[in-house]
Amino acid sequence: MKPIVRLLSLIGILAGAGVVPAAELTVAAAADLKFALDDLVAKFQTNQSSVNVKVTYGSSGNFYAQLQNKAPFDLFFSADIAYPRKLAAAGLALDTNVFLYAVGRIVVWVPKESELDVGKLGIQALLAPSVKKVAVANPQHAPYGRAAVAAMKSLQVFEQAEPKLVYGENIAQTAQFVQSGAADIGIIALSLAIAPQMHDAGRHWEIPFESYPRMEQGGIVVNGTKEPRAARAFRDFVLGKHGREVFKRYGFSLPER
Amino acid sequence: MDWQAMGLSLRLAACTTLVLLVLGLPLAHWLAHTRRRWRFLIEAVVALPIVPPPTVLGFYVLMAIGSLSPVGRSYEALFGHRLPFTFQGLLVASVLYSLPFAVQPFASAFATVDRRMMEASWCLGVGGLGTFIRVVLPLAWPGVLTGVVLSFAHAIGEFGVVLMIGGDLAGVTRTASISIYDQVQALNYSAAHQTSLALLFFSFVVLALTYGLQRRFIYVWPAH
Repeated sequence: MKPIVRLLSLIGILAGAGVVPAAELTVAAAADLKFALDDLVAKFQTNQSSVNVKVTYGSSGNFYAQLQNKAPFDLFFSADIAYPRKLAAAGLALDTNVFLYAVGRIVVWVPKESELDVGKLGIQALLAPSVKKVAVANPQHAPYGRAAVAAMKSLQVFEQAEPKLVYGENIAQTAQFVQSGAADIGIIALSLAIAPQMHDAGRHWEIPFESYPRMEQGGIVVNGTKEPRAARAFRDFVLGKHGREVFKRYGFSLPER
Repeated sequence: MDWQAMGLSLRLAACTTLVLLVLGLPLAHWLAHTRRRWRFLIEAVVALPIVPPPTVLGFYVLMAIGSLSPVGRSYEALFGHRLPFTFQGLLVASVLYSLPFAVQPFASAFATVDRRMMEASWCLGVGGLGTFIRVVLPLAWPGVLTGVVLSFAHAIGEFGVVLMIGGDLAGVTRTASISIYDQVQALNYSAAHQTSLALLFFSFVVLALTYGLQRRFIYVWPAH
């Protein structure tokens, strides 16, 4: 961009800000959304440059506890629809309905240095003798951890794999345990495995969708947001055509309309 | 109330303190008496864990002891198992993390010991180690105790490093601080309260006892 154009656009932004005050949205989002939501926010802001969206990624349970205590978030995208449902039941959602935006999927993942052929071995790769540690998210509080344990149980490898399990605090840390070589293999979100940042770092095998309970991811617009219009606009954008396209590309299943 | 995690935290803190006594006392003695010009560099390295957040230490320890690193691989070749997600791995991180809390009080206590006392002991034919045990330690006792209590307390309170390298294994790496975090995450607030209160109470008792004992038997401050 030429400096003069840049200057003119800066003036344009400043002038625009003078007419329509810029709204700022703070979003709390589950760690598995890291790459998909970054992409969506960038798309949203090219359409709606007057709205500035900031996203904090973390564990849904943590956000739940913070939101119960009136944390200043405008929107909450949870990895487990149970948390926003509880918040809505407590009157903390702006529109009482909780929205379902995506359905999570899980994969067995190994770093590219690994000699395991996960494509061929499938879930049995967890039981390979060279595997000393298997990373999963903590099933006590992480939805992806519960799904991983359920899948291992239904595919009948849980008993043998259990002594090798180590628990990541959330799904992103679980992926990091494997990527750093601290664990040999892990069960992580498909959305992380196929994100550009991790795609070339390893290989994955998708765990059959029927072998674990459906991981519905839901959210709410937080009651008490100072920007209800902008917050609803962002929600509708995420639930709309663009959102569905991005979620699909990042390895989520889509809720039926 | 997670007794197993509580026990593990106590064990980790006790082992950390023991290792720090063995490593820290000679190091502090050297720091207090050396005339090397580059001493300040060693002091800076020892104090380093105070400044960067635990995430920095956790990140690098995990990278260093993971099986992709030379250190991690040679440890595995030597001992037949890996360091990450083990008690030994936590201990390594915990010792690094609490190092300044032991060595700094030790070193400042040793520095206050009158050098003439040590020289007198040497002249009477007592060797370096004998002088250290029979002259320096008794004189520097309050500082050593402070270092022990601080490093023990610091190890009990450790959270960030354990979260980053522990893997949350019950009885192995799930310390009390991690257990509380898990309970809060899982919305078991009453269990989180119990463990938190127990930890709070325990910390208070340890500190009160230490300061009480120091007042009673050792003159930390000038007597009134």
